[in-house]
Amino acid sequence: MSESKKNDPFGFETRAIHAGAVPDAVTGARNVPIYQTNAYVFDDVDHAASLFNLQTFGYIYTRLTNPTVAALEERVASLEGGRGAVACASGHAAQLLAFFALMEPGDEFLASRNLYGGSITQFVHSFKKFDWRVHLVDPRDPENFRKALTPKCKAIFAEQLTNPSAVVVDLEAIATIAHEAGIPLIVDNTIPTPYLCRPLEWGADIVTHSMTKFLGGHGTSMGGVVVESGKFDWGASGKFPSMTAPDPAYHGLTFYETFGDFGYTMKTRAVGLRDLGPALSPFNAFMILTGIESLPVRMERHIENAQKIAVFLEAHPSVTWVSYPGLKSSPFHDLAKKYMPKGAGSVFTFGVKGGYEAGIKTVEACNLFSHLANVGDTRSLILHPASTTHRQLTDEQRLAAGAGPEVVRLSIGLETAEDLMRDLDLALAAGQRK
Amino acid sequence: MSDPIARESYSDEFLLEILKSTRIIAMVGASPNWNRPSFFAMKYLQAKGFRVIPVNPAAAGQEILGEKVYGSLKDIPVKIDMVDIFRRSDAVPPIVDDAIAIGARTIWMQLGVRHDEAASKAERAGLKVVMNRCVKIEFGRLSGELSWSGINSGLISAKRRRLIA
Repeated sequence: MSESKKNDPFGFETRAIHAGAVPDAVTGARNVPIYQTNAYVFDDVDHAASLFNLQTFGYIYTRLTNPTVAALEERVASLEGGRGAVACASGHAAQLLAFFALMEPGDEFLASRNLYGGSITQFVHSFKKFDWRVHLVDPRDPENFRKALTPKCKAIFAEQLTNPSAVVVDLEAIATIAHEAGIPLIVDNTIPTPYLCRPLEWGADIVTHSMTKFLGGHGTSMGGVVVESGKFDWGASGKFPSMTAPDPAYHGLTFYETFGDFGYTMKTRAVGLRDLGPALSPFNAFMILTGIESLPVRMERHIENAQKIAVFLEAHPSVTWVSYPGLKSSPFHDLAKKYMPKGAGSVFTFGVKGGYEAGIKTVEACNLFSHLANVGDTRSLILHPASTTHRQLTDEQRLAAGAGPEVVRLSIGLETAEDLMRDLDLALAAGQRK
Repeated sequence: MSDPIARESYSDEFLLEILKSTRIIAMVGASPNWNRPSFFAMKYLQAKGFRVIPVNPAAAGQEILGEKVYGSLKDIPVKIDMVDIFRRSDAVPPIVDDAIAIGARTIWMQLGVRHDEAASKAERAGLKVVMNRCVKIEFGRLSGELSWSGINSGLISAKRRRLIA
Protein backbone atom coordinates (compact mmCIF):
# COMPACT_ATOMS: atom_id res chain seq x y z
CA MET A 1 0.00 0.00 0.00
CA SER A 2 1.45 3.38 -0.96
CA GLU A 3 2.17 5.97 1.73
CA SER A 4 -0.56 8.28 0.43
CA LYS A 5 -3.23 5.65 1.20
CA LYS A 6 -2.25 5.20 4.83
CA ASN A 7 -5.55 6.14 6.50
CA ASP A 8 -8.01 6.10 3.65
CA PRO A 9 -9.09 3.61 0.99
CA PHE A 10 -8.26 6.25 -1.65
CA GLY A 11 -4.87 7.87 -2.15
CA PHE A 12 -4.04 11.52 -1.60
CA GLU A 13 -3.86 12.35 -5.31
CA THR A 14 -7.27 10.76 -5.93
CA ARG A 15 -8.86 12.65 -3.04
CA ALA A 16 -7.28 15.94 -4.17
CA ILE A 17 -9.45 15.60 -7.29
CA HIS A 18 -12.54 13.71 -6.11
CA ALA A 19 -13.17 14.37 -2.40
CA GLY A 20 -16.30 16.48 -1.92
CA ALA A 21 -17.13 16.28 -5.60
CA VAL A 22 -19.43 13.33 -6.25
CA PRO A 23 -21.36 14.38 -9.41
CA ASP A 24 -24.63 16.16 -8.77
CA ALA A 25 -27.63 13.79 -8.41
CA VAL A 26 -29.90 15.85 -10.65
CA THR A 27 -27.73 17.42 -13.34
CA GLY A 28 -24.76 15.04 -13.36
CA ALA A 29 -22.46 18.09 -13.56
CA ARG A 30 -18.94 16.67 -13.48
CA ASN A 31 -17.18 19.73 -12.07
CA VAL A 32 -18.41 21.37 -8.90
CA PRO A 33 -20.64 24.21 -10.15
CA ILE A 34 -20.29 27.76 -8.82
CA TYR A 35 -23.46 28.22 -6.77
CA GLN A 36 -23.50 32.00 -6.92
CA THR A 37 -26.56 32.53 -4.76
CA ASN A 38 -27.16 34.27 -1.45
CA ALA A 39 -30.03 32.09 -0.25
CA TYR A 40 -31.99 28.85 -0.77
CA VAL A 41 -35.74 28.30 -0.82
CA PHE A 42 -37.50 26.49 2.04
CA ASP A 43 -40.09 23.75 1.40
CA ASP A 44 -42.35 25.26 4.07
CA VAL A 45 -42.16 27.01 7.43
CA ASP A 46 -41.52 23.75 9.29
CA HIS A 47 -38.57 22.93 6.99
CA ALA A 48 -37.19 26.41 7.60
CA ALA A 49 -37.52 25.94 11.36
CA SER A 50 -35.73 22.57 11.20
CA LEU A 51 -32.89 24.16 9.25
CA PHE A 52 -32.49 27.09 11.64
CA ASN A 53 -32.57 24.69 14.61
CA LEU A 54 -29.85 22.55 12.92
CA GLN A 55 -32.26 19.59 13.10
CA THR A 56 -31.89 18.86 9.42
CA PHE A 57 -29.01 19.31 6.98
CA GLY A 58 -29.52 21.91 4.32
CA TYR A 59 -28.75 25.33 3.01
CA ILE A 60 -30.14 28.58 4.38
CA TYR A 61 -27.82 31.43 3.52
CA THR A 62 -24.36 31.54 1.93
CA ARG A 63 -22.81 33.24 4.98
CA LEU A 64 -23.29 29.82 6.67
CA THR A 65 -23.13 27.22 3.93
CA ASN A 66 -22.93 27.06 0.14
CA PRO A 67 -22.64 23.96 -2.06
CA THR A 68 -19.44 25.11 -3.81
CA VAL A 69 -17.84 26.08 -0.50
CA ALA A 70 -18.99 22.80 1.10
CA ALA A 71 -17.27 20.76 -1.63
CA LEU A 72 -14.04 22.61 -0.83
CA GLU A 73 -14.49 22.08 2.91
CA GLU A 74 -14.95 18.35 2.49
CA ARG A 75 -11.96 18.14 0.16
CA VAL A 76 -9.59 19.87 2.59
CA ALA A 77 -10.98 17.83 5.51
CA SER A 78 -10.26 14.67 3.53
CA LEU A 79 -6.72 15.70 2.57
CA GLU A 80 -5.85 16.62 6.16
CA GLY A 81 -7.38 13.38 7.47
CA GLY A 82 -9.96 15.42 9.40
CA ARG A 83 -13.61 14.90 10.30
CA GLY A 84 -14.92 18.22 9.02
CA ALA A 85 -13.93 21.72 7.96
CA VAL A 86 -15.23 25.27 7.84
CA ALA A 87 -13.99 27.51 5.05
CA CYS A 88 -13.84 31.29 5.39
CA ALA A 89 -12.62 34.43 3.71
CA SER A 90 -8.92 34.31 4.60
CA GLY A 91 -6.29 32.60 6.72
CA HIS A 92 -6.65 35.36 9.30
CA ALA A 93 -10.39 34.69 9.47
CA ALA A 94 -9.59 30.99 9.95
CA GLN A 95 -7.42 31.78 12.97
CA LEU A 96 -10.11 33.99 14.47
CA LEU A 97 -12.76 31.28 13.94
CA ALA A 98 -10.49 28.54 15.30
CA PHE A 99 -10.19 30.38 18.62
CA PHE A 100 -13.72 31.75 18.72
CA ALA A 101 -15.23 28.33 19.46
CA LEU A 102 -12.79 27.74 22.33
CA MET A 103 -12.18 31.00 24.14
CA GLU A 104 -14.13 32.96 26.75
CA PRO A 105 -13.26 36.49 27.84
CA GLY A 106 -10.28 36.31 30.19
CA ASP A 107 -8.92 33.11 28.60
CA GLU A 108 -5.34 32.70 27.45
CA PHE A 109 -3.42 30.61 24.92
CA LEU A 110 0.16 29.82 23.98
CA ALA A 111 1.52 30.52 20.54
CA SER A 112 4.86 29.82 18.95
CA ARG A 113 6.74 33.10 18.62
CA ASN A 114 7.76 32.10 15.10
CA LEU A 115 4.68 33.13 13.16
CA TYR A 116 3.71 35.23 10.18
CA GLY A 117 4.05 38.85 11.41
CA GLY A 118 0.38 39.57 10.79
CA SER A 119 -0.57 36.65 13.04
CA ILE A 120 1.54 38.00 15.89
CA THR A 121 -0.22 41.35 15.50
CA GLN A 122 -3.64 39.65 15.39
CA PHE A 123 -2.92 37.59 18.50
CA VAL A 124 -1.10 40.24 20.57
CA HIS A 125 -3.18 43.30 19.77
CA SER A 126 -6.53 42.54 18.12
CA PHE A 127 -7.38 39.45 20.20
CA LYS A 128 -6.94 41.66 23.28
CA LYS A 129 -10.24 43.33 22.32
CA PHE A 130 -11.98 40.00 23.06
CA ASP A 131 -10.04 39.88 26.34
CA TRP A 132 -8.01 36.94 25.03
CA ARG A 133 -4.35 36.93 25.98
CA VAL A 134 -1.50 35.18 24.13
CA HIS A 135 1.84 34.08 25.55
CA LEU A 136 4.51 33.81 22.83
CA VAL A 137 6.88 30.87 23.24
CA ASP A 138 10.18 29.87 21.60
CA PRO A 139 9.05 26.66 19.82
CA ARG A 140 12.51 25.18 19.31
CA ASP A 141 12.28 23.37 22.65
CA PRO A 142 8.77 21.88 23.11
CA GLU A 143 9.23 22.00 26.90
CA ASN A 144 9.02 25.79 26.65
CA PHE A 145 5.30 25.34 26.04
CA ARG A 146 4.86 23.27 29.19
CA LYS A 147 6.71 25.92 31.22
CA ALA A 148 4.51 28.73 29.84
CA LEU A 149 1.15 27.01 30.50
CA THR A 150 -1.28 28.79 32.82
CA PRO A 151 -4.59 27.47 34.22
CA LYS A 152 -6.43 29.84 31.86
CA CYS A 153 -4.74 28.49 28.70
CA LYS A 154 -7.26 26.97 26.28
CA ALA A 155 -5.03 26.03 23.34
CA ILE A 156 -1.51 25.88 21.93
CA PHE A 157 -1.00 27.36 18.47
CA ALA A 158 1.96 26.84 16.15
CA GLU A 159 2.81 27.18 12.48
CA GLN A 160 4.51 24.24 10.86
CA LEU A 161 7.39 25.41 8.61
CA THR A 162 7.12 28.86 10.11
CA ASN A 163 6.82 31.95 7.97
CA PRO A 164 9.35 33.29 7.10
CA SER A 165 12.26 31.29 8.48
CA ALA A 166 11.00 27.71 7.99
CA VAL A 167 11.41 26.50 11.58
CA VAL A 168 10.12 22.92 11.87
CA VAL A 169 8.21 22.45 15.12
CA ASP A 170 8.10 19.10 16.92
CA LEU A 171 4.36 18.52 16.57
CA GLU A 172 4.25 15.19 18.36
CA ALA A 173 5.98 16.53 21.48
CA ILE A 174 3.89 19.71 21.58
CA ALA A 175 0.65 17.73 21.09
CA THR A 176 1.52 15.58 24.10
CA ILE A 177 2.07 18.68 26.25
CA ALA A 178 -1.24 20.17 25.08
CA HIS A 179 -3.17 16.95 25.77
CA GLU A 180 -1.63 16.54 29.23
CA ALA A 181 -3.04 20.00 29.94
CA GLY A 182 -6.45 19.00 28.53
CA ILE A 183 -6.28 21.51 25.68
CA PRO A 184 -6.09 21.16 21.89
CA LEU A 185 -3.11 21.83 19.64
CA ILE A 186 -3.92 24.09 16.68
CA VAL A 187 -1.44 23.98 13.79
CA ASP A 188 -1.33 26.31 10.83
CA ASN A 189 -0.34 24.06 7.95
CA THR A 190 -0.38 26.67 5.19
CA ILE A 191 3.23 26.31 4.08
CA PRO A 192 3.67 22.51 4.08
CA THR A 193 0.12 21.79 2.81
CA PRO A 194 -1.29 18.34 3.66
CA TYR A 195 0.72 16.94 0.74
CA LEU A 196 3.96 17.41 2.72
CA CYS A 197 2.74 17.25 6.34
CA ARG A 198 -0.50 16.21 8.03
CA PRO A 199 -0.44 17.59 11.59
CA LEU A 200 -3.56 15.64 12.64
CA GLU A 201 -1.57 12.41 12.14
CA TRP A 202 0.96 13.71 14.71
CA GLY A 203 -1.61 14.54 17.37
CA ALA A 204 -2.76 18.04 16.43
CA ASP A 205 -6.49 18.55 16.97
CA ILE A 206 -7.25 21.49 14.71
CA VAL A 207 -5.54 22.65 11.51
CA THR A 208 -5.84 26.09 9.95
CA HIS A 209 -4.85 27.23 6.46
CA SER A 210 -4.57 30.30 4.43
CA MET A 211 -5.89 28.62 1.27
CA THR A 212 -4.78 31.81 -0.48
CA LYS A 213 -1.35 30.17 -0.64
CA PHE A 214 -0.41 26.71 -1.93
CA LEU A 215 -3.89 25.14 -1.82
CA GLY A 216 -5.29 27.70 -4.26
CA GLY A 217 -1.78 27.88 -5.58
CA HIS A 218 -2.07 30.46 -8.34
CA GLY A 219 -2.13 33.77 -6.47
CA THR A 220 -5.72 34.52 -7.50
CA SER A 221 -8.09 33.83 -4.62
CA MET A 222 -8.23 34.52 -0.89
CA GLY A 223 -9.55 31.81 1.41
CA GLY A 224 -9.06 30.21 4.80
CA VAL A 225 -10.16 26.97 6.45
CA VAL A 226 -10.39 25.37 9.91
CA VAL A 227 -10.19 21.56 9.99
CA GLU A 228 -11.18 19.44 12.99
CA SER A 229 -9.68 16.02 13.73
CA GLY A 230 -12.81 14.77 15.53
CA LYS A 231 -10.59 13.16 18.16
CA PHE A 232 -10.38 15.77 20.91
CA ASP A 233 -12.49 14.81 23.93
CA TRP A 234 -14.11 18.12 24.89
CA GLY A 235 -16.12 16.38 27.61
CA ALA A 236 -13.16 14.79 29.41
CA SER A 237 -11.19 18.03 29.22
CA GLY A 238 -13.83 19.95 31.18
CA LYS A 239 -12.32 23.25 30.05
CA PHE A 240 -14.69 24.06 27.20
CA PRO A 241 -18.18 25.06 28.32
CA SER A 242 -18.71 26.46 24.83
CA MET A 243 -18.61 22.87 23.53
CA THR A 244 -20.18 20.94 26.40
CA ALA A 245 -22.74 23.27 28.02
CA PRO A 246 -26.02 24.51 26.51
CA ASP A 247 -25.15 27.42 24.22
CA PRO A 248 -27.14 30.62 24.82
CA ALA A 249 -26.10 31.75 21.32
CA TYR A 250 -27.98 28.73 19.96
CA HIS A 251 -31.17 28.29 22.02
CA GLY A 252 -29.46 26.04 24.53
CA LEU A 253 -28.05 23.54 22.05
CA THR A 254 -25.09 21.50 23.36
CA PHE A 255 -22.77 21.13 20.39
CA TYR A 256 -20.52 18.28 21.52
CA GLU A 257 -23.42 16.10 22.70
CA THR A 258 -25.53 16.78 19.60
CA PHE A 259 -22.89 16.51 16.89
CA GLY A 260 -20.24 14.34 18.55
CA ASP A 261 -16.97 14.20 16.69
CA PHE A 262 -17.83 17.12 14.42
CA GLY A 263 -19.30 19.31 17.18
CA TYR A 264 -16.43 21.79 16.93
CA THR A 265 -16.98 22.17 13.19
CA MET A 266 -20.70 22.78 13.71
CA LYS A 267 -20.02 25.27 16.50
CA THR A 268 -17.44 27.11 14.42
CA ARG A 269 -19.91 27.42 11.56
CA ALA A 270 -23.22 27.94 13.36
CA VAL A 271 -21.89 30.47 15.86
CA GLY A 272 -18.45 31.69 14.71
CA LEU A 273 -19.09 32.07 10.98
CA ARG A 274 -22.67 33.18 11.59
CA ASP A 275 -21.81 35.94 14.06
CA LEU A 276 -18.39 37.11 12.87
CA GLY A 277 -19.39 36.85 9.21
CA PRO A 278 -16.19 36.09 7.22
CA ALA A 279 -17.83 33.83 4.62
CA LEU A 280 -15.88 32.57 1.61
CA SER A 281 -17.19 33.58 -1.80
CA PRO A 282 -18.38 30.62 -3.91
CA PHE A 283 -16.26 31.86 -6.82
CA ASN A 284 -13.11 31.80 -4.68
CA ALA A 285 -14.08 28.33 -3.45
CA PHE A 286 -14.30 27.18 -7.07
CA MET A 287 -10.88 28.65 -7.87
CA ILE A 288 -9.31 26.98 -4.83
CA LEU A 289 -11.02 23.63 -5.58
CA THR A 290 -9.51 23.76 -9.06
CA GLY A 291 -6.12 24.64 -7.59
CA ILE A 292 -6.18 21.71 -5.16
CA GLU A 293 -6.69 19.23 -8.01
CA SER A 294 -3.07 19.82 -9.05
CA LEU A 295 -1.65 20.28 -5.52
CA PRO A 296 0.40 17.05 -5.51
CA VAL A 297 2.17 17.73 -8.83
CA ARG A 298 2.67 21.40 -8.03
CA MET A 299 4.18 20.63 -4.61
CA GLU A 300 6.61 18.16 -6.19
CA ARG A 301 7.98 20.93 -8.43
CA HIS A 302 7.91 23.53 -5.63
CA ILE A 303 10.11 21.38 -3.39
CA GLU A 304 12.40 20.29 -6.23
CA ASN A 305 13.03 23.92 -7.23
CA ALA A 306 13.34 25.08 -3.62
CA GLN A 307 16.00 22.48 -2.86
CA LYS A 308 18.02 23.55 -5.95
CA ILE A 309 17.77 27.25 -5.09
CA ALA A 310 18.69 26.63 -1.44
CA VAL A 311 21.82 24.69 -2.45
CA PHE A 312 22.73 27.43 -4.95
CA LEU A 313 22.34 30.19 -2.35
CA GLU A 314 24.27 28.34 0.34
CA ALA A 315 27.31 28.31 -1.97
CA HIS A 316 26.90 31.96 -3.02
CA PRO A 317 29.60 34.40 -1.79
CA SER A 318 27.09 37.22 -1.10
CA VAL A 319 24.90 35.01 1.11
CA THR A 320 25.77 34.65 4.81
CA TRP A 321 23.30 31.85 5.67
CA VAL A 322 20.32 29.95 4.29
CA SER A 323 17.48 28.78 6.56
CA TYR A 324 16.02 25.84 4.65
CA PRO A 325 15.32 22.59 6.50
CA GLY A 326 16.03 20.63 3.32
CA LEU A 327 19.72 21.53 3.76
CA LYS A 328 21.94 19.38 5.98
CA SER A 329 23.24 22.60 7.58
CA SER A 330 19.77 23.36 8.98
CA PRO A 331 19.22 22.64 12.68
CA PHE A 332 15.74 21.47 11.62
CA HIS A 333 16.94 18.97 9.01
CA ASP A 334 16.17 15.89 11.12
CA LEU A 335 12.74 17.18 12.21
CA ALA A 336 11.95 17.99 8.58
CA LYS A 337 12.80 14.43 7.59
CA LYS A 338 10.40 13.17 10.24
CA TYR A 339 7.46 15.48 9.58
CA MET A 340 7.99 16.23 5.86
CA PRO A 341 9.85 13.33 4.30
CA LYS A 342 8.94 14.40 0.76
CA GLY A 343 10.46 17.88 1.13
CA ALA A 344 10.60 20.93 3.34
CA GLY A 345 8.32 23.25 1.39
CA SER A 346 9.38 26.16 -0.78
CA VAL A 347 9.25 29.19 1.51
CA PHE A 348 12.49 30.06 3.28
CA THR A 349 14.89 32.86 4.14
CA PHE A 350 18.51 33.71 3.61
CA GLY A 351 20.84 36.42 4.89
CA VAL A 352 22.44 38.92 2.53
CA LYS A 353 25.95 40.18 3.22
CA GLY A 354 25.63 43.89 3.99
CA GLY A 355 22.48 43.91 6.16
CA TYR A 356 19.33 46.00 5.76
CA GLU A 357 20.47 48.13 2.76
CA ALA A 358 21.88 45.17 0.82
CA GLY A 359 18.72 43.17 1.58
CA ILE A 360 16.45 45.88 0.20
CA LYS A 361 18.63 46.42 -2.88
CA THR A 362 18.71 42.71 -3.67
CA VAL A 363 14.93 42.43 -3.49
CA GLU A 364 14.43 45.49 -5.70
CA ALA A 365 16.96 44.28 -8.28
CA CYS A 366 15.12 41.04 -9.11
CA ASN A 367 13.54 40.84 -12.54
CA LEU A 368 11.86 37.43 -12.52
CA PHE A 369 11.05 37.13 -8.79
CA SER A 370 7.98 39.23 -8.00
CA HIS A 371 8.42 41.67 -5.13
CA LEU A 372 5.19 41.28 -3.15
CA ALA A 373 3.67 40.12 0.13
CA ASN A 374 2.41 36.63 -0.57
CA VAL A 375 3.68 33.05 -0.66
CA GLY A 376 2.56 29.89 -2.41
CA ASP A 377 2.11 31.07 -5.99
CA THR A 378 3.10 29.36 -9.24
CA ARG A 379 5.37 32.42 -9.60
CA SER A 380 8.50 32.88 -7.53
CA LEU A 381 8.18 35.65 -4.97
CA ILE A 382 10.67 37.72 -2.98
CA LEU A 383 10.28 39.98 0.02
CA HIS A 384 12.27 41.83 2.68
CA PRO A 385 10.23 40.96 5.82
CA ALA A 386 11.78 43.59 8.13
CA SER A 387 10.48 46.42 5.92
CA THR A 388 7.14 44.81 4.99
CA THR A 389 5.31 41.80 6.53
CA HIS A 390 7.08 42.08 9.88
CA ARG A 391 7.33 45.90 9.87
CA GLN A 392 4.77 46.44 12.68
CA LEU A 393 6.75 44.33 15.15
CA THR A 394 9.32 45.53 17.66
CA ASP A 395 13.00 44.90 16.82
CA GLU A 396 13.04 42.14 19.41
CA GLN A 397 9.89 40.46 17.99
CA ARG A 398 11.34 40.72 14.47
CA LEU A 399 14.56 38.98 15.47
CA ALA A 400 12.62 36.31 17.39
CA ALA A 401 10.39 35.70 14.37
CA GLY A 402 13.41 35.27 12.09
CA ALA A 403 12.88 38.56 10.28
CA GLY A 404 16.08 40.45 11.10
CA PRO A 405 17.45 43.33 8.97
CA GLU A 406 19.50 41.23 6.51
CA VAL A 407 16.80 38.62 5.95
CA VAL A 408 15.26 38.00 2.51
CA ARG A 409 12.27 35.68 2.10
CA LEU A 410 11.67 33.58 -0.98
CA SER A 411 8.64 31.62 -2.11
CA ILE A 412 9.93 29.41 -4.89
CA GLY A 413 7.54 28.88 -7.77
CA LEU A 414 7.31 26.51 -10.67
CA GLU A 415 9.53 28.28 -13.21
CA THR A 416 12.71 26.82 -14.72
CA ALA A 417 15.15 26.52 -11.80
CA GLU A 418 18.10 27.83 -13.81
CA ASP A 419 16.20 31.03 -14.65
CA LEU A 420 15.51 31.61 -10.96
CA MET A 421 19.15 31.10 -10.01
CA ARG A 422 20.30 33.51 -12.70
CA ASP A 423 17.83 36.13 -11.50
CA LEU A 424 19.01 35.81 -7.89
CA ASP A 425 22.65 35.86 -8.94
CA LEU A 426 22.18 39.17 -10.78
CA ALA A 427 20.14 40.65 -7.92
CA LEU A 428 22.70 39.62 -5.29
CA ALA A 429 25.44 41.27 -7.36
CA ALA A 430 23.35 44.46 -7.55
CA GLY A 431 22.72 44.28 -3.80
CA GLN A 432 26.46 44.37 -3.06
CA ARG A 433 27.13 47.49 -5.19
CA LYS A 434 27.79 50.61 -3.11
CA MET B 1 -5.85 11.38 24.50
CA SER B 2 -8.59 8.84 24.71
CA ASP B 3 -10.89 8.38 21.77
CA PRO B 4 -14.39 7.97 23.22
CA ILE B 5 -16.29 8.42 19.98
CA ALA B 6 -14.06 6.57 17.56
CA ARG B 7 -15.99 5.36 14.58
CA GLU B 8 -16.21 1.61 14.51
CA SER B 9 -15.44 0.17 11.13
CA TYR B 10 -18.87 -0.66 9.69
CA SER B 11 -18.79 -0.75 5.90
CA ASP B 12 -20.91 1.73 3.96
CA GLU B 13 -22.67 -1.24 2.32
CA PHE B 14 -23.63 -2.71 5.70
CA LEU B 15 -25.09 0.59 6.92
CA LEU B 16 -26.89 1.28 3.61
CA GLU B 17 -28.47 -2.17 3.67
CA ILE B 18 -29.82 -1.48 7.18
CA LEU B 19 -31.15 1.97 6.29
CA LYS B 20 -32.79 0.75 3.08
CA SER B 21 -34.54 -2.16 4.80
CA THR B 22 -35.80 -0.08 7.75
CA ARG B 23 -39.17 1.67 7.74
CA ILE B 24 -40.25 1.76 11.40
CA ILE B 25 -37.84 2.77 14.14
CA ALA B 26 -38.49 2.56 17.87
CA MET B 27 -36.45 5.33 19.52
CA VAL B 28 -35.69 4.42 23.14
CA GLY B 29 -34.88 7.49 25.21
CA ALA B 30 -36.65 9.89 22.83
CA SER B 31 -36.98 13.29 24.46
CA PRO B 32 -39.85 15.79 24.08
CA ASN B 33 -37.35 18.69 24.41
CA TRP B 34 -36.67 20.26 21.04
CA ASN B 35 -32.97 20.90 21.69
CA ARG B 36 -32.08 17.31 22.67
CA PRO B 37 -30.15 15.14 20.20
CA SER B 38 -32.90 12.48 20.08
CA PHE B 39 -35.48 15.10 19.07
CA PHE B 40 -33.12 16.24 16.27
CA ALA B 41 -32.71 12.70 15.02
CA MET B 42 -36.43 11.88 15.23
CA LYS B 43 -37.45 14.99 13.34
CA TYR B 44 -34.86 14.38 10.64
CA LEU B 45 -35.72 10.72 10.19
CA GLN B 46 -39.44 11.53 9.96
CA ALA B 47 -38.65 14.02 7.20
CA LYS B 48 -36.77 11.26 5.36
CA GLY B 49 -39.83 8.98 5.36
CA PHE B 50 -39.18 6.81 8.41
CA ARG B 51 -41.87 6.29 11.02
CA VAL B 52 -40.28 6.87 14.42
CA ILE B 53 -42.07 5.64 17.54
CA PRO B 54 -40.77 7.16 20.79
CA VAL B 55 -40.18 5.00 23.87
CA ASN B 56 -39.71 6.78 27.17
CA PRO B 57 -41.34 5.63 30.45
CA ALA B 58 -41.16 9.16 31.87
CA ALA B 59 -43.19 10.53 28.96
CA ALA B 60 -45.47 7.53 28.29
CA GLY B 61 -48.84 8.55 26.92
CA GLN B 62 -47.61 11.96 25.73
CA GLU B 63 -46.90 12.78 22.10
CA ILE B 64 -43.57 13.68 20.49
CA LEU B 65 -43.65 15.06 16.93
CA GLY B 66 -47.12 13.60 16.39
CA GLU B 67 -46.29 10.08 17.64
CA LYS B 68 -47.59 8.55 20.86
CA VAL B 69 -44.87 7.78 23.41
CA TYR B 70 -44.76 4.20 24.75
CA GLY B 71 -43.44 3.10 28.13
CA SER B 72 -41.56 0.09 26.75
CA LEU B 73 -40.76 -1.65 23.48
CA LYS B 74 -43.18 -4.46 24.38
CA ASP B 75 -46.11 -2.01 24.52
CA ILE B 76 -45.76 -0.95 20.86
CA PRO B 77 -48.58 -2.48 18.79
CA VAL B 78 -46.78 -2.41 15.40
CA LYS B 79 -43.81 -4.39 14.08
CA ILE B 80 -40.49 -2.59 14.65
CA ASP B 81 -37.58 -2.83 12.18
CA MET B 82 -34.94 -1.00 14.21
CA VAL B 83 -34.47 -0.19 17.88
CA ASP B 84 -32.46 3.04 18.18
CA ILE B 85 -31.00 3.53 21.67
CA PHE B 86 -30.50 6.99 23.16
CA ARG B 87 -29.61 5.78 26.67
CA ARG B 88 -26.49 5.32 28.77
CA SER B 89 -24.44 2.27 27.82
CA ASP B 90 -25.25 0.47 31.10
CA ALA B 91 -28.98 0.72 30.34
CA VAL B 92 -28.56 -1.22 27.07
CA PRO B 93 -28.90 -4.96 28.05
CA PRO B 94 -32.63 -5.03 29.01
CA ILE B 95 -33.47 -2.92 25.94
CA VAL B 96 -31.67 -5.45 23.76
CA ASP B 97 -33.60 -8.30 25.45
CA ASP B 98 -36.88 -6.54 24.63
CA ALA B 99 -35.75 -5.83 21.07
CA ILE B 100 -35.02 -9.52 20.52
CA ALA B 101 -38.39 -10.43 22.08
CA ILE B 102 -40.38 -8.15 19.75
CA GLY B 103 -38.59 -9.41 16.64
CA ALA B 104 -36.66 -6.26 15.69
CA ARG B 105 -34.06 -6.78 12.99
CA THR B 106 -31.53 -4.10 13.94
CA ILE B 107 -30.14 -2.65 17.18
CA TRP B 108 -28.61 0.78 16.71
CA MET B 109 -26.77 2.42 19.62
CA GLN B 110 -26.22 6.15 19.35
CA LEU B 111 -22.99 8.16 19.64
CA GLY B 112 -21.25 7.31 22.91
CA VAL B 113 -23.45 4.26 23.50
CA ARG B 114 -21.68 0.91 23.41
CA HIS B 115 -22.26 -2.44 25.09
CA ASP B 116 -20.22 -5.24 23.54
CA GLU B 117 -21.86 -8.07 25.52
CA ALA B 118 -25.41 -7.02 24.66
CA ALA B 119 -24.31 -6.54 21.04
CA SER B 120 -22.99 -10.10 20.86
CA LYS B 121 -26.22 -11.42 22.33
CA ALA B 122 -28.25 -9.55 19.71
CA GLU B 123 -26.01 -10.79 16.92
CA ARG B 124 -26.39 -14.40 18.13
CA ALA B 125 -30.16 -13.88 17.94
CA GLY B 126 -29.74 -12.85 14.27
CA LEU B 127 -30.00 -9.09 14.66
CA LYS B 128 -27.68 -6.60 13.01
CA VAL B 129 -25.92 -4.29 15.46
CA VAL B 130 -24.41 -0.82 15.08
CA MET B 131 -22.81 0.91 18.07
CA ASN B 132 -21.56 4.41 18.78
CA ARG B 133 -23.05 5.94 15.63
CA CYS B 134 -25.95 8.29 14.98
CA VAL B 135 -28.66 7.13 12.55
CA LYS B 136 -29.24 10.70 11.41
CA ILE B 137 -25.55 11.36 10.83
CA GLU B 138 -25.03 8.09 8.94
CA PHE B 139 -28.12 8.63 6.79
CA GLY B 140 -26.89 12.16 6.11
CA ARG B 141 -23.38 10.98 5.33
CA LEU B 142 -24.44 8.24 2.92
CA SER B 143 -27.03 10.42 1.18
CA GLY B 144 -24.53 13.28 0.76
CA GLU B 145 -26.42 15.70 3.00
CA LEU B 146 -23.78 15.65 5.74
CA SER B 147 -21.28 16.97 3.19
CA TRP B 148 -23.39 20.11 2.94
CA SER B 149 -21.97 21.06 6.34
CA GLY B 150 -18.36 20.48 5.31
CA ILE B 151 -18.14 17.07 6.99
CA ASN B 152 -15.83 14.47 5.48
CA SER B 153 -18.14 11.72 4.19
CA GLY B 154 -15.34 9.52 2.88
CA LEU B 155 -17.38 9.06 -0.30
CA ILE B 156 -15.42 9.06 -3.56
CA SER B 157 -17.22 8.33 -6.82
CA ALA B 158 -17.43 9.48 -10.42
CA LYS B 159 -21.02 8.20 -10.61
CA ARG B 160 -23.98 10.49 -10.18
CA ARG B 161 -24.90 10.72 -6.48
CA ARG B 162 -27.82 8.40 -5.64
CA LEU B 163 -30.39 9.37 -3.08
CA ILE B 164 -31.34 6.73 -0.49
CA ALA B 165 -34.87 5.58 -1.37
